[in-house]
Amino acid sequence: MRILSLAGRRLAASIPTLFLILIGVFLLLQFAPGDTVDALMAQMGGGDAATARELRKFYGLDVSVPVRLGNYLLHLVQLDLGFSSIYGKPVATVILERLPPTILLMTASLSFAFFFGLVFGIIAARGVNKWPDTLISTLGLIFYATPSFWFGLMAIVVFSIYLQWLPAGGFEDIGQAQSGLWRMIDIARHLILPTLTLGLIFLAIYLRIMRASMLEVLNLDYVRTARAKGLDETRVVMGHVLRNALLPMVTLIGLQAGTMLGGSVVVESVFSLPGLGRLAYESVVQRDLNTLLGIVFVSALLVITVNFVVDLLYARLDPRISAEG
Amino acid sequence: MDAAKRYFRSPAAVIGLVLLLVVIAMAVSAGILFPRDPLALAGRPLVWPFSNPRFPLGTDNSGRDIAAQIFYGSRISLLIGGVATAIAVAIGTLIGAFAGYYGGWVDNILMRITEAFQTLPNFVLLLVLVAVFGSTLMTVTIAIGVVSWPAPARLTRAEFLSLRNREFVQAGRTLGMKDLQLILGEILPNALPPVIVYASVVMALSILLESALAFLRLSDPNVASWGNLIGLGRDVLRVQWYVSAIPGIAILVTVLAVSLVGQGLNDALNPRLKSR
Repeated sequence: MRILSLAGRRLAASIPTLFLILIGVFLLLQFAPGDTVDALMAQMGGGDAATARELRKFYGLDVSVPVRLGNYLLHLVQLDLGFSSIYGKPVATVILERLPPTILLMTASLSFAFFFGLVFGIIAARGVNKWPDTLISTLGLIFYATPSFWFGLMAIVVFSIYLQWLPAGGFEDIGQAQSGLWRMIDIARHLILPTLTLGLIFLAIYLRIMRASMLEVLNLDYVRTARAKGLDETRVVMGHVLRNALLPMVTLIGLQAGTMLGGSVVVESVFSLPGLGRLAYESVVQRDLNTLLGIVFVSALLVITVNFVVDLLYARLDPRISAEG
Repeated sequence: MDAAKRYFRSPAAVIGLVLLLVVIAMAVSAGILFPRDPLALAGRPLVWPFSNPRFPLGTDNSGRDIAAQIFYGSRISLLIGGVATAIAVAIGTLIGAFAGYYGGWVDNILMRITEAFQTLPNFVLLLVLVAVFGSTLMTVTIAIGVVSWPAPARLTRAEFLSLRNREFVQAGRTLGMKDLQLILGEILPNALPPVIVYASVVMALSILLESALAFLRLSDPNVASWGNLIGLGRDVLRVQWYVSAIPGIAILVTVLAVSLVGQGLNDALNPRLKSR
């Protein structure tokens, strides 16, 4: 209960931040050349000034900026993100349709990066400055410097074009309608390369942090005690070191949530996945500013949610946190 | 002197420095080695690398010399990386300095703003900025700087928090120095070293951000940028994959060089932390 109230308090503290972001971006978008109506008129192939005026009135664009901001926030509280003229649907609907692939991709990448970062970090720390450590650390440095979209393209060349093992893009095979288990397998096959691509840089970061944190914990007194008790090395690492060494890794998940969401913009474009990131890109190209603002809201919300979960996880890993709070 | 000696003792740091010098040399010599416009038509399109001595790295989809674009691209990457980093560090140190020095409500407001910037994904904010201000070389550089300042700000703030009540600051205060004098003249020089080391991370990320933006064709299309070339090569990825592969290696090497140099500097300046 205590943990919940603690995390809840932090969650409440992030609400002003959310509004700050929305107001800032809303005002920023007022400087954008052309508004929704301009985009709409261009799509219709032009029109006269009277139509434009009527449309502006219909979309509530004929009033002053502060009033519009007030209207937007008022609608937002009722979970109404406005209307996307490009897609001809409410923004909330458009975003909800695009959310599942992104969440699936992010979860998969995070699990991949976290698990292998953990394993490689432990291996590197166990043999510090020996060849496995050198190899893993070097690979980590190279992964960190690899542009994700380029890695994605090269993975397509190798695995989709030459070896033809995996599909080059898309979320699922539209050619054959599948259901149940086969559909899941099909989607999983489509997500392998995007997951690797998005997860690579995080794998590099996680293994570096895990290695450093392992090295630090391995030198603590209680680990010496555990060894002195006669525990073998595996039990020492698994039972005593891991739990404490994990804390910085968990912190990192929260810190990197935004970066990962940003990275998915690029990865989803490389693999033409119909996700939130691709939607962000499309709405920039098509000047669909209402949708763009909605995406800003939803991605900030996602980051805040991830941090909330991290808080809970953190308190569970380290009981001292909830006790001191 | 000691720090320099320590720096050159680390092989990784030396490799990083050599790679960085190579990239800088490419940027400097681009105009001499390739006097013609790198974006001008040079020969037949899609010549494979090493097949024609006139084009050592081949040509792209529209018959432009890839080698020339790589050399000129290093200018763009270094320019954007350098200037965006300078902007990010300048904004970050300023905000972090004031927040850390004054504390209280100033700190509260400034940190709220920093938090807002950190909650919104970097790249999404970058997309918004590009959508609003367009994508010329200048706007893209400034936009990258504007989205990258929160981390340096937090770092500077932490340094200021630990320095603001040290004896030398109190001595300055007793001497009647103004706040601004204390912040800029006394505390900042002591707070700066870790921030400057961190600048290498910001620079590596800036280069990656620009290349991603260029790949999505949202950066300046009128300059020879590595990201642009990768985006172009994507259209012929199926067979002529080298068009995308070559500039990607250039980005990788540059980012690797910058991070190795940064890490080397960090280890040289903080020898106690070296074992990590």
